[in-house]
Parts: sequence; C-alpha cells; structure tokens
Amino acid sequence: MTKTAIHVEDLSVIYDQTVALEGVCLDVEEGEYLGIIGPNGGGKTTFLKALLGLTKISSGKIEIFGQCGQPFKAPLGYVPQFSGLNKAFPMTVEEVVLTGFISSAVKPFFKYSKAQKEAVKDFLQKVGMLNLAGRQIGSLSGGEFQRMLIARALAVRPKILFLDEPTASVDARSREDIYQLLKELNKEMTIILVTHDLLAISSHVGRLACLNSKLVYHGEPQLNEKIVTQLYGCPVDLIAHGVPHRVLKDHEGGCC
Amino acid sequence: MMQALFNYQFLQNAVIGGIFASIVCGMIGVIIVEKKLVMMSGGIAHTAYGGVGLGYLMGFEPIIGAFLFAVLAALGIGAISKHTRSGADVVIGLFWSMGMALGILFIALMPGYPPDLSSYLFGNILSVTRSELLMMFLITLLVSIAVIAFFNHWKVFLFDQEFAGILGIKIAWLDNILLILIAMTVVALIRVVGIILVIALLTAPAAIAAMFTTNLAKRMTSAALLGIFFCLFGIYLSYQLNIASGAAIVLLSGCTYFLLYLLKRIRAKKSLGRAGSGKNL
Repeated sequence: MTKTAIHVEDLSVIYDQTVALEGVCLDVEEGEYLGIIGPNGGGKTTFLKALLGLTKISSGKIEIFGQCGQPFKAPLGYVPQFSGLNKAFPMTVEEVVLTGFISSAVKPFFKYSKAQKEAVKDFLQKVGMLNLAGRQIGSLSGGEFQRMLIARALAVRPKILFLDEPTASVDARSREDIYQLLKELNKEMTIILVTHDLLAISSHVGRLACLNSKLVYHGEPQLNEKIVTQLYGCPVDLIAHGVPHRVLKDHEGGCC
Repeated sequence: MMQALFNYQFLQNAVIGGIFASIVCGMIGVIIVEKKLVMMSGGIAHTAYGGVGLGYLMGFEPIIGAFLFAVLAALGIGAISKHTRSGADVVIGLFWSMGMALGILFIALMPGYPPDLSSYLFGNILSVTRSELLMMFLITLLVSIAVIAFFNHWKVFLFDQEFAGILGIKIAWLDNILLILIAMTVVALIRVVGIILVIALLTAPAAIAAMFTTNLAKRMTSAALLGIFFCLFGIYLSYQLNIASGAAIVLLSGCTYFLLYLLKRIRAKKSLGRAGSGKNL
C-alpha cells in the first residue's frame, strides 16, 4: 500500500496584501512524480517553498509523511532556481555537493568525514559529472550547474526531491538529460517538479497540478485547451505533432 | 622610517592596529563582497557616527558609542528590511543619513567648542591609543574565531541560504551573527580609515583577492595580507609625505584594484585576439 508523502489542506499564503496561494488542497503519494505548471506569479515557487518550510503559511495544513510542522523528520532534497544563486562563488563542484552533508547543528570546527567525501563521488557519478568534480562552479554550463545542484540534493538522501524550474536557461540536450535523470531518480524517491516546460508535463511526469493562486487542475498529465485556458486566463491552442507545444491565439488585451 | 618605528609608540600602535584591522577586513570583506552587502556595511558605518556623537555628549569613549550604534544598526537594518516591501535599500539609506544626522545633533548639543571629528570621519591610524588597540585586538580575536570555527557552515550559508535552511541550520541566527561581525569589523576600521572611507578597505582587498584565487579560505587570507600591505604602505606614505593616513590607505588600495583590473582586461583581450588569429590560420 502506498503512503501519502505530502498532504496539503486548505493552504493559503498571503504576502502583505497579495494572495499568492488560496485554499490549495493536494495529496501526493509516495513514489509519485508530480509536475506543477502555471503562469508567472501563479504561486508555483511559493507552493514549493511552503512545502519546504521556507515560506510562512497564512492558513491551512501541510503534512510530510504524516508529520505536521517543522522541522520535518523525512529528509527533503531541494533544487532551487539557479538564477538566484551566485555562480561566481568561489567553490568547486565537489565542495558544493559536499555541503549536502553539513550538520544541521552549527558546531565549531565541523569537518566532513572521509566517507562523506567518498560519497560525493557516487552522487557526481549518478548525475554524470564525476569528471567535473574539481571544476569551479563559475565555469559550468547551465545544464551542468543544475545537475550539480541535483547531486547536492541527493547527498541529503531525500525521500522527496523538490525541483524549481530545473530546465530554465538550459539547452535542449541538457534538458533531456535532466529529465532522464529525474526519471531514474523517481524509482527511489518522490519527485515534485515545478516547470514552465509543457513538453515535460506531457512526456515525463506521472501526475499534474496546475496552479494559478488556486489549484485549477490536479490529475493525469493530459493537458487540454480548456485546462490551459483556465490556468493562463486566456485562449491557448495546444497542437500536438509528436512533440506537444502551444501557440497563443491572438486576442484582445492579451495576457500570459 | 624603521628607526622611527622603534622610537615612537604611536607608529608601533599604528602598525599593530593596521594589522588587526586588515585581518578582520580580509575575512569579513570577502563575505561582504560575495554576499553583496557593501551598501549595508556603508549604512552600518555611517550610523556609527551617531554613537561617536553620543559618546562625546555623554562623556564616554566615542568608539564604544560607535560600537553600540553599529551593532544596533546592523540588527535594525537586518530586521526591518525583512519585513518591508521596499527592501533593504530604503532602510539602509535611512539608517545611513539618520545616523549621521544624530551625530551632528549630539555634537551640536555639546556645551563649548565642538571636538574635531575628522579622525573618526576620515581615520587617523597614527593617533590610535593603547585602549583602542586593545579593542581592535578583541574584535580581531572574536571575528577570527567566529569565521574560522564555523567556516564550513558559513560556506553553505553564503552560497545558498535557503538550502541551509532546509537542512535545519538556523539561518536567522547565522544572519544576525554575520551582521554583528560586520558591525564589529566596521568599528575596528573606523580609526584606520574612518567612517566615510571604510567601504573601500572592506571591498578593495577582497575584490583584488577574487581576481587571483578561487578558494574561499585562500581568498580571505589573501585579502588580509593585501590589507596589511595597504595599511603599512599607507602609514609609510602618510609618515613620509605628511598626508592623511586614511586617505593614503584608501587611495592606495583603490588604485591597485583599478590598475590590476585594467591589466587583467588587457591580458584577456590579448589572449582573445591570439585565439582569434589562431582560428583564422
């Protein structure tokens, strides 16, 4: 029997007077691969951060493996949007992945163990970056940077892996590599993927959630025009020619 | 100069003070540059002027007043900017000018002739007293322990604060400690280069070190060594040419940064040109 990994009940997040999320209810089963899409400002990242305890919730309840309230016992992996990170920070790939092993208690003179340093190699191998272990992070491409962040998240040995737009600013080949990697990782852990990439939704995820402050849709990853129009708030055509993509219709007072 | 160094205590104090200030400056300067807290540091430094004025008015050591104001400003800017929509920029600006205004007000309220505050505004390392030296030593010791003992945690926190938070590290606690360390560093530097010039000595050695090293610990060590060089050479210039020590140190470090930046650009252009001509062949 599968366990519920995430249980969200009537979740609302309000920043100052702006409603970012309103009355979101959602359950994610253990081992599920959930994709979350929605327009910019639709609350996708806020939702992710609320689940991770990085954003204060205004009302509602979040349970991770039955546990309500921080800090969660289940280890959670997080791959942030890399645009928010300092790419020029003086660290090597190996050092960044090693930070996944840092102790939560701020103890003086904390040192990483030999076993942890060895384990870093395994994680880098898993994401196909062992040959780049000694590289400065500033010299990595977008795809390499994302894979390094995934390796760092894996060092936490997460039960749930959260990813915030891991394929943004990444070329097509790296994007496909990342999706293949996530597919492999999904055999071991639950994955929550926030993305703008509709291709990913159609081809890779097992379940889909559409957020635009409210939860517009939650179910099978089969988008139709009605859902997308409801989600983005304007008419959208979905044309599938083997590779699904979307075309925005000309319309007055355009949105999206 | 060497003979004078052995003969005059004020020169000995200046050299020792310069070394202490450079050590803290190297460590905290690199953090400030990497975390983009330069303006925040400027705000803290200028707010400290209010403490200098209060010290004169109330009759206690002005540097103690500067220390109290700097710490309160650091924590105040940190706390308020988290809860305002306008963000840190506005809060820093207000603390910056209000601190200066308070300093002016307190000095104006003093009976009799106002004291000369130029050594606090522009620094005068040659007039550092033994008690100020002791305070600089304590600050250097505390800052060094805080940075070295928790180095690995600082590294995680500086690179990705959110990730540190998810791992259960108390980031609010680290945030406040960092702000207090910056305030302490600013106070240690006030007598060396002064409130107005403090930003240059915090950033120039760290930025120069960043041009040559890609390792955080090495970057901090290099920045500290560069700071020592700038301070000692600045003292030498000040002594020999009879010019203001703070200005000499700041101009020396600033000019070195721009010169090295220019050389680096020229070198990069040359190697780009070589690569281009190689391709054409």
